[in-house]
Amino acid sequence: MSGLNINDVSMTFELPNGGSVEALKNINLNIQKGELVSVLGPSGCGKTTLLNILAGFLAPTDGIINLNGEVVKKPSSERGMVFQQGALFEWMNVSKNIGFGPKMKGTPQSEIDEKVTELLDIVGLQDFADKMIYEMSGGMQQRVALARCLANDPDVILMDEPLGALDALTREKMQSLVLDIWKKTGKTIILITHSVEEALLLGERLIVMAPRPGRIHKEYNLPFAELGVGADLREIKRHKKFGPTRDEILNMIWNMEEEIMGRAES
Amino acid sequence: MINSITPITASISNFFWFNMPEGSEVAGLLSTTIWMVFGIAIIFIIYMIFSAASWVIHKFFIDSRNKAKGYTSLKTVTFGDESAVVANRFASVASVVAIFFFWGLATGSSLLGPIQLPAPFLGKTSFEYTAEDSYGKRDKGTVNLLVHTFNDKPKLEKADNSMSGFAKNSAIKVRERRTALLSAKKIGAKETEGFNIIEINGQPISRNEKINFGNGEVLLTSKGSMQIRPYAGMTMEALYLPAPEDVWKSFLKLNKEGYTNVGLWENVFWSLIRVILGFSLGCLFGIPLGFAMGLSNWFRGWFDPIVEFMRPVPPLALIPLIIIWFGIGEQGKISLLFLAALWIMTIAARAGVSGVNISKVHAAYSLGATKKQLLLKVILPNSLPEIFTGARVAMGVCWGTVVAAELVAAEKGAGKMIIAASKFQLTDIVIIGIIIIGIIGFAIEVLMRKAESRLIPWKGRG
Ligand SMILES: Nc1ncnc2c1ncn2[C@@H]1O[C@H](COP(=O)(O)OP(=O)(O)OP(=O)(O)O)[C@@H](O)[C@H]1O
Ligand SMILES: [Mg+2]
Repeated sequence: MSGLNINDVSMTFELPNGGSVEALKNINLNIQKGELVSVLGPSGCGKTTLLNILAGFLAPTDGIINLNGEVVKKPSSERGMVFQQGALFEWMNVSKNIGFGPKMKGTPQSEIDEKVTELLDIVGLQDFADKMIYEMSGGMQQRVALARCLANDPDVILMDEPLGALDALTREKMQSLVLDIWKKTGKTIILITHSVEEALLLGERLIVMAPRPGRIHKEYNLPFAELGVGADLREIKRHKKFGPTRDEILNMIWNMEEEIMGRAES
Repeated sequence: MINSITPITASISNFFWFNMPEGSEVAGLLSTTIWMVFGIAIIFIIYMIFSAASWVIHKFFIDSRNKAKGYTSLKTVTFGDESAVVANRFASVASVVAIFFFWGLATGSSLLGPIQLPAPFLGKTSFEYTAEDSYGKRDKGTVNLLVHTFNDKPKLEKADNSMSGFAKNSAIKVRERRTALLSAKKIGAKETEGFNIIEINGQPISRNEKINFGNGEVLLTSKGSMQIRPYAGMTMEALYLPAPEDVWKSFLKLNKEGYTNVGLWENVFWSLIRVILGFSLGCLFGIPLGFAMGLSNWFRGWFDPIVEFMRPVPPLALIPLIIIWFGIGEQGKISLLFLAALWIMTIAARAGVSGVNISKVHAAYSLGATKKQLLLKVILPNSLPEIFTGARVAMGVCWGTVVAAELVAAEKGAGKMIIAASKFQLTDIVIIGIIIIGIIGFAIEVLMRKAESRLIPWKGRG
């Protein structure tokens, strides 16, 4: 079987006070190679937990995950991860950060240099190769994080709110960049976001999760990502299906939040 | 109620031997402290007055010419903004100058030219006394006083007694700031009963009273002797505090000839080399230990009791034990410094490892790093800022500890030099030693800070 298969995955956290949290319950999902999947859901519905399991940082209490037929058990460079912030190595400059993965594998330096130059070009940081991380803005740092992940040529890229800490304008540029990279490299990308618009723009498939227990609530197949490649994203937002879909999902999440609040009060 | 408590207190006092301090002892302690508050406050106030004066000079003569430049000058909110507070160079220089000024003033330094506190009286002076013997007869005598400096040994001219009655003329020499006692017998009393001094320079005096004779004062003691105190001035004696220029001269001499056959810089070298060796040993073992404690439950548990126990024990408290174990040789001192540095470095390295952002660890693993690579390429560099902070603290502690250890037992070293000099009351050498110890401690700190900003520029910007 090719692609990423999530079979009946559940995750229960035992709490120190004796209780437990069902962060995920019976998640089933098949993701084809090259798909761009966005995941949306109210806070605490298990998005990060799911991504950590996919990355191999956590073992699910139940269920199994396959990537191209192999069971996922621990982190590996086939599954790259882009974090919200703070995961770059600030004691290295931009090039060294990007070349970290290949270097760990013992790739010859000349090859690493070539790869780094190419990636700097893709993320638009040609002139910043020798800058230190703390000299870069938040948006630039996320470009470095993306490039660092791509340097390993992973099968799947996992992103946990990668653009969450950026301002609106920078965010829009980065959204275009993600679409570009997706198209250029043909990678499978799973992206968690809190922004409904971002989920619509960056998801061929959009998965809405619901909390308590964390589960898949609804799935959409959307045209916007394909349309958005190389196009003006503001144009896409004026697409006649964009607005109604956004409102529908917003309502859905709003209701879930209401329900949580109601439950918490009673 | 009291009855039920008494057996308990009794059994406690059987167990602990603790003599309740007397009320007067405690009161003495408190009153000393309160007097110190006044003393300290006065010193502070004088120093602050100087500071204020310097500030006025700076404000009206210097500041107006050099306007602040850069980003800070554009800030409208600076009070409370920590980053806008930088040490004013003028103030620092003025404060050091003020300290030297006070030093010179207190010691009557010639560097200050005409600005001098009254100096003690030196040279010849005299006064006249009137004595009355047991028959009520009166006679006058003269006391010639020769006041000389600490190091002088002048010859004294004998007093001329060819013309006098029963009250003899006498000549005595006194060191500056000291007193001389002239008993009744020495000035001609046959028997002390009934012999009384009744006037000094014509002014009547009775026992336990003082009379000023111009260049000093005479106190008539309860036994009828004259205690003569030439005017002591307001400056300090070189024995307590030598003048700056004298210290400088001794420094030049010390620099050239050393003290007790050991050169000044040889002493400093020995102290420094001990610090460097002890500190290096501490790093060599402390950093791996800290890493082990940061990475493994077992090692954390195994070493936690020792580290947590040893951390609050000041290294100085170990000196006696170290001397008992190792004697006064080098091994003891290096061991002491090793122990001083070890716990600090262990705790710093442990904090560095524990402080690594979990995202960085996750990122490294999903970029294909092995455990060993993670340790060397992520955890180690990530903990460098903490380790460096620890190293700075450890160096400071080691420097203080080595001096203290040398005070107790050493053959060479900065601490040894000052303790040896203090035994012969060579205050100038003691002061030179203290200044050099201070300067070197400061230099170590500055070097460490420079190295830090060089080696780990990302510190605090992660
Ligand atoms: N290590 C843990 N121990 C106990 N409970 C946990 C742990 N990690 C997550 N949880 C719980 O699991 C649930 C899902 O958490 P998760 O972080 O996956 O949510 P999320 O969807 O990523 O939320 P957000 O949108 O706020 O990031 C939450 O209720 C959380 O309290
Ligand atoms: Mg999350």
